[in-house]
Amino acid sequence: MSSLTDIDKRLLKEVADLHEIPQGAYNIRKNGEGLSRKTTDNIDIITKTDKPGIDVIVKAGTKNESVHIPVILSQGMEDLVYNTFEIGEDADVTIVAGCGIHNGTGEKAGHDGVHEFFLRRGSRMKYVEKHYGEGNGKGQRILNPTTIIEVGEDATAEIEMLQMKGVDFAKRDTIVRLHKNARLIVTERLLTYLKQEAVSIITVELLGEGSSAQVISRSVAQNESKQVFHLNMRGHCECKGHIQCDSIIMHNAQVSAIPEISALDEGAELIHEAAIGRIASEQLMKLMSLGLTESQAEETILQGFLK
Amino acid sequence: MLELKNVNVSVKDGNGDNVDILKDINLTLENNKIYVVTGPNGGGKTSLAKAIIGIYPVTGGSVTLDGEELSDKSITQRAEMGVGYAFQAPTRFKGLKVREFLTIAAGTDDEALLFALLVDVGLCAQDYIDREMNSGFSGGELKRIEIASILARKLKVAVFDEPEAGIDLWSFQKLTETFRRLNETNDTTIVIISHQERILRLADEVIVIAGGTVSEITNPDKILGEIELEDPDCKLCPKCSERSLLSGVNEEYGVRV
Repeated sequence: MSSLTDIDKRLLKEVADLHEIPQGAYNIRKNGEGLSRKTTDNIDIITKTDKPGIDVIVKAGTKNESVHIPVILSQGMEDLVYNTFEIGEDADVTIVAGCGIHNGTGEKAGHDGVHEFFLRRGSRMKYVEKHYGEGNGKGQRILNPTTIIEVGEDATAEIEMLQMKGVDFAKRDTIVRLHKNARLIVTERLLTYLKQEAVSIITVELLGEGSSAQVISRSVAQNESKQVFHLNMRGHCECKGHIQCDSIIMHNAQVSAIPEISALDEGAELIHEAAIGRIASEQLMKLMSLGLTESQAEETILQGFLK
Repeated sequence: MLELKNVNVSVKDGNGDNVDILKDINLTLENNKIYVVTGPNGGGKTSLAKAIIGIYPVTGGSVTLDGEELSDKSITQRAEMGVGYAFQAPTRFKGLKVREFLTIAAGTDDEALLFALLVDVGLCAQDYIDREMNSGFSGGELKRIEIASILARKLKVAVFDEPEAGIDLWSFQKLTETFRRLNETNDTTIVIISHQERILRLADEVIVIAGGTVSEITNPDKILGEIELEDPDCKLCPKCSERSLLSGVNEEYGVRV
């Protein structure tokens, strides 16, 4: 990682918790080009030949290994990448993605990532995707990830999606298809401020008997920022699904939450909950009565909510 | 010493009209004493607590702590001066763990201290310390953590609003012992809003609030002695011979015995 600038290192720390060369496989992409890569006996990373991006192939039976695939942009540009992940049968792997943008220019800096995952029978994948933006330039920082996940029989996908300030516009489109006895857990955390805008569309198709999904989205919208959540879950068979979308709205922000559940079979049990509201005054008063100032109390509540 | 002189508090009702909820309250609450505030529902007990803590600004009169005016102080400033309040309806916090909550209250993350606080309110520290203060807790559990947050602080005035609410009979005993110990080992003025006989028996003085005013300041024996018990040998509690919490009601004071 010696070829990385201080800015690059900071971006990597924010999006992938990388302070040094990661253990296991990794592929670091900087300003539209591959910067550094490592494969292991069980995880191969191959550059696509027909379009920008990589194929990540995790061998069947691989246990407790990780892949880091951060993208960093430290100049104004628009980057588009297609990544495909093949998770072999009974493998258990953690994938840490994410994009960090430092934009000190007046030009737009954007990254559009299309990630496709194929989880084979009995596999488990934890996928962590963080968005981070910084820089004093007037150019916008834009991220538009598309994530498509096919969760095979008896497989489990756990997805964490985080975006805390820093990104001017983000449209996140996530589509998950679950087969027999497949399981999905999605945790989304979002904080927007100033005039930032974020749109998150999550579509879950429960296709196989015994499949289950839980999608929990928590967000905070501050200042003039805008957020839209469209969480759509469709049960095609005997299955269970739960959508929860909670938002704290502050200042002059706007939040729209559109939970949608569709039962296409009498065995489908689907629940949705959505709540938008300001910080409860009782919470503020309790913490203030313990000696915190109003702003400290607010910060404590928001940190807990977005944890 | 906490003094309230001619304290008035008014709030706006649903129509935007001012409604007096506390009228000409005069109280002198001394250090190292336990005061139990009782009275009928809606009489102004919790409003009194909120006026002391700073949630309700006083619209007339003064509230002083050791001679220093509190009326112009914020909730935070009053907390820093040593005023604490265990809320009647404790708040749930998404994502905040009991450990973090009590650390804020105690001003330290000393695990031994945090554990001791939970033990003081009858909770298994190991089981509770890293649980989230969210929907997973019953009302009684949350109430005990709320009380622990007050015990965590070095206070000049500690106000407990119906601390027995939601607490089971067996833990109730522990709670009363905790109040006694707090009284014996600190110089704190303890104010407990309650309707329960066993809490009233802790009091040095009982303050009856009704209709937004102090209607009487008396002692527990006087109030309890005036109540004709329906069933003094109640068998409801299998662990102790103490009378049931539900066996009788003094209509005048709203006290249950």
